[in-house]
Amino acid sequence: MTTAPEAPRTDQVGSPRLRKEDARLITGQTNWTDNIQQTGMLHVAFLRSPHAHARIAAVDTSAAMKQPGVTAVFSGADFAGEQGSLPCAWPVTEDMALPAHPPMAVDEVRYVGEAVACVVARDAYAAADALEAVDVEYEPLPAVVDMEAALAEDSPLVHAGSGQGQGSNKAYVWPFEAGDVDAAFGGADVVLNRRYHQQRLIPAAMEPRSVVCRPEGDSFTLWSATQVPHILRLMLAMTTGVPEHKIRVIAPDVGGGFGSKLQVTAEEVLALLLARRLRKPVKWTETRTEGFQTTHHGRDQIQDISIAADADGRVRGLKVDLLADMGAYMMLVTPGVPVLGAFMFPGIYKMDAYSFSCTGVFTTKMPTDAYRGAGRPEATYAIERIMTELANEIGMDPMELRRRNWIRHEEFPHTGVAGLTYDSGNYEAATDRAMELFGYDGLRAEQRRRRDSGDPVQLGIGISTYTEMCGLAPSRVLGQLSYGAGGWENASVRMLPTGKVEVVTGSCAHGQGHATAWSQIVADRLGVPFEDVEVLHGDTRVSPKGMDTYGSRSLVVGGTAVVEACDRVVEKARRMAAHMMEADEGDLEFSAGRFTVRGTERPATTVQEIALAAFAAHDLPEGTEASLDADSTFDPENFSYPHGTHLCAVEVDTETGEVDIRAYTAVDDVGTVVNPLIVDGQVHGGLAQGIAQALYEEAVHDADGNLVTSTMADYTVPTAADLPDFTTDRTVTPSTTNPLGTKGVGEAGTIASTPAVVGAVVDALRPFGVRDLRMPCTPQRVWRAIAEARAAERSEGGQR
Amino acid sequence: MPHIRVTVDGVRYDDQVEARRLLVHYLREQLGKVGTPVGCDTTNCGACTVLMDGQSVKSCSVLACQTDGHEITTVEALASDGELHPIQQAFHESHALQCGYCTPGMMMAALDLLRDNPDPDDQEIREGLEGNMCRCTGYVNIVHAVRRAAAAMRAEAAESEPRTHGVPPQMVREQEPTPHATSGGA
Repeated sequence: MTTAPEAPRTDQVGSPRLRKEDARLITGQTNWTDNIQQTGMLHVAFLRSPHAHARIAAVDTSAAMKQPGVTAVFSGADFAGEQGSLPCAWPVTEDMALPAHPPMAVDEVRYVGEAVACVVARDAYAAADALEAVDVEYEPLPAVVDMEAALAEDSPLVHAGSGQGQGSNKAYVWPFEAGDVDAAFGGADVVLNRRYHQQRLIPAAMEPRSVVCRPEGDSFTLWSATQVPHILRLMLAMTTGVPEHKIRVIAPDVGGGFGSKLQVTAEEVLALLLARRLRKPVKWTETRTEGFQTTHHGRDQIQDISIAADADGRVRGLKVDLLADMGAYMMLVTPGVPVLGAFMFPGIYKMDAYSFSCTGVFTTKMPTDAYRGAGRPEATYAIERIMTELANEIGMDPMELRRRNWIRHEEFPHTGVAGLTYDSGNYEAATDRAMELFGYDGLRAEQRRRRDSGDPVQLGIGISTYTEMCGLAPSRVLGQLSYGAGGWENASVRMLPTGKVEVVTGSCAHGQGHATAWSQIVADRLGVPFEDVEVLHGDTRVSPKGMDTYGSRSLVVGGTAVVEACDRVVEKARRMAAHMMEADEGDLEFSAGRFTVRGTERPATTVQEIALAAFAAHDLPEGTEASLDADSTFDPENFSYPHGTHLCAVEVDTETGEVDIRAYTAVDDVGTVVNPLIVDGQVHGGLAQGIAQALYEEAVHDADGNLVTSTMADYTVPTAADLPDFTTDRTVTPSTTNPLGTKGVGEAGTIASTPAVVGAVVDALRPFGVRDLRMPCTPQRVWRAIAEARAAERSEGGQR
Repeated sequence: MPHIRVTVDGVRYDDQVEARRLLVHYLREQLGKVGTPVGCDTTNCGACTVLMDGQSVKSCSVLACQTDGHEITTVEALASDGELHPIQQAFHESHALQCGYCTPGMMMAALDLLRDNPDPDDQEIREGLEGNMCRCTGYVNIVHAVRRAAAAMRAEAAESEPRTHGVPPQMVREQEPTPHATSGGA
């Protein structure tokens, strides 16, 4: 028997534990997919379409086959019978157009970068060389680049040939309406209409996509830089017909995802098919330009939004009409991203009526799909921008307008106009704290001074009082929204004979620190040392059940499964403890890993001692199994609703158009915090990505559909020199929908920050008559907006 | 094929390399030093940053054959005998990494920065690391980490003996780069 260790700490949750993950990441002992070597492994390179839209007349691979080191060369036609169609898990309407999407194009290409052929060679250099010898004859077709032009009656069709495009480039229309919208707008004193553009973004995770597949008899092991090993396994099986139980998917160390690795990609399917065809391990790793062209993009919406309000600022109704660029095909959740946003346009505000409609549009560009926030940043941007415009219209401070309309803390739980029930929140507390930290009144005073003195550097203040729906998702709701799967998460917790603990989680981290956070939860729950917990994930053979990581769901849903599994372990241990201690179960108390008999001085029995006793199984109570472990699958009843108040002050040089973030304050309420260090890090990174959308990043296509921003020199991911320091703080209003009270934090910063920053830039330029700016607010755009406003003012003056 | 003699993390190699082979591919594919990752292959992201004779270079923009007669230090040589280098310790303690993909390059670039300027302020750190991208952290904690490491390294330098373990020799400021050094940090 082991001796009882000292009672371990039970206050792990909430403590800033340094991460377990770091040890190998800071020493270079990493296991990125591209690091994986297999004996006899071959390397794959893809020949990609230089045309946005073209018919493939012929592919001649014979010269490439003769290149040194080349094992095989295939065109799409060579796999036509077995490659299937890349999956879309979210047909949002029954009549949604769902054109076939072959992993390698067979007859027609529909975006620049679409795979047309592949070379398999002894090394990556030889494979890349031989691509040049593949001869493809294209018959160019018209590119369809602009969404609005794509909907015109005379527009060329993206999917004319397939016969699946409904005779237009319209992929679907998804409507939603609640309340009497006409009455709300008809009776309003003020109606504002705005059009906002969500530019196309590139997620740009630092680790390029990479996949390795090894055949083993009729089974396959596939390593991929993926966020979703479980979904990937299921979809690989459904796409290729290789039985699910013959596929093992491993997500080793994954270097960031932000939604871009929530996908089932052509290269993953083809790696499996190539390994099957060639009976050899194969590897493919994208170059950065290849990645920018062919890893799914995000955002890309045109938002027409109208708000109706009384003269005193009470919001009565909201109308939203979206165009959403699908790109050329429907990928895993392409059509669902704007639908996720549909419920978030009302934000934190009470109103009588709301209507929403989204039209999905096909263009000859890379498909869009989930990117950090997925639908919710778009919605938050539109509502937060127009609330500030409404305040300006009626001459009210934009924060005061928000206060008049938001759900007051005593009104929770509150079911809003979009039908979501917000379980908890305290917008007053977060806002008060943010305004105090930011020095709101002082900055407003400075802004007035600068305006009055005609300072060439103007100050602007932007506000975002956001909420988001996280913890994706109640399976029942997903079913109602026609999503193809559930939103549960699984965990199992097993105590080993020596008292160490293995925790298997179906969530799959790629930078979020699950190993650390889950260890904290388990350490508290079981009363074992933090160091004694090992978290296992990311391998379908190790963690057979899971729904993976996206939508700020891991802690809220996966963490709850861990909690429930721990509680079941304790209940099992309680039965064994009662037997060992010859006490009644009801008399036992469990605290800090020790069972004691209430009201007695008898020595405690530790959970570690019970684990060893369970393993030995010499004397177990009747009907007890010889193991101390448990499983749980948690399906949430509701989403969780993080919220917060973000304030941004920018200085805009009106002579150069340059924008400088002077101060950024974020007070977030993400419920119970398991690890404040990790939460702060998530907020910082989220802010950086939201600010990047506001000021720096845009995926630009030319009229022929070429991605112009196809390197990191052209697509300007911000560096340390481009970003400010942030002031962050928290309020804690626990969620009531999960036992930890957590809400999720991965997307909050990105969702909140974009409208705060753009709102601040517009606020700085309001005296010039500027009411909107297209993102990103580059110096050129800002300068032009000022110049145009001044020119308009002059010409108006001249007319008088 | 060019013939190179290069010292990588204290080990001497005598190799034939394709003239066009990039240093990062030589390190990863030929030497198995996969601690240095590739992020962009266009010199923008800095994930592949290593030290060449103590100066940071992006190993995707250096040909392997250009390293003939030089000394390369990668992230894999920073720690020794289980003791982390101050820059590693600082990145850990400041939570300056999330996915960790940019981290090797970020730390190597930071070491070069600290060699030039042992006591940088926040803005100098931000500008000094402009060639290295991180998509996870928003850089806040990276700036903290570099400041923390700078303080630790200054304190160490002030304490008589310069560190001999875990610090690549070229990181000791007084010492000249020594091509073909027989002992490195590893």
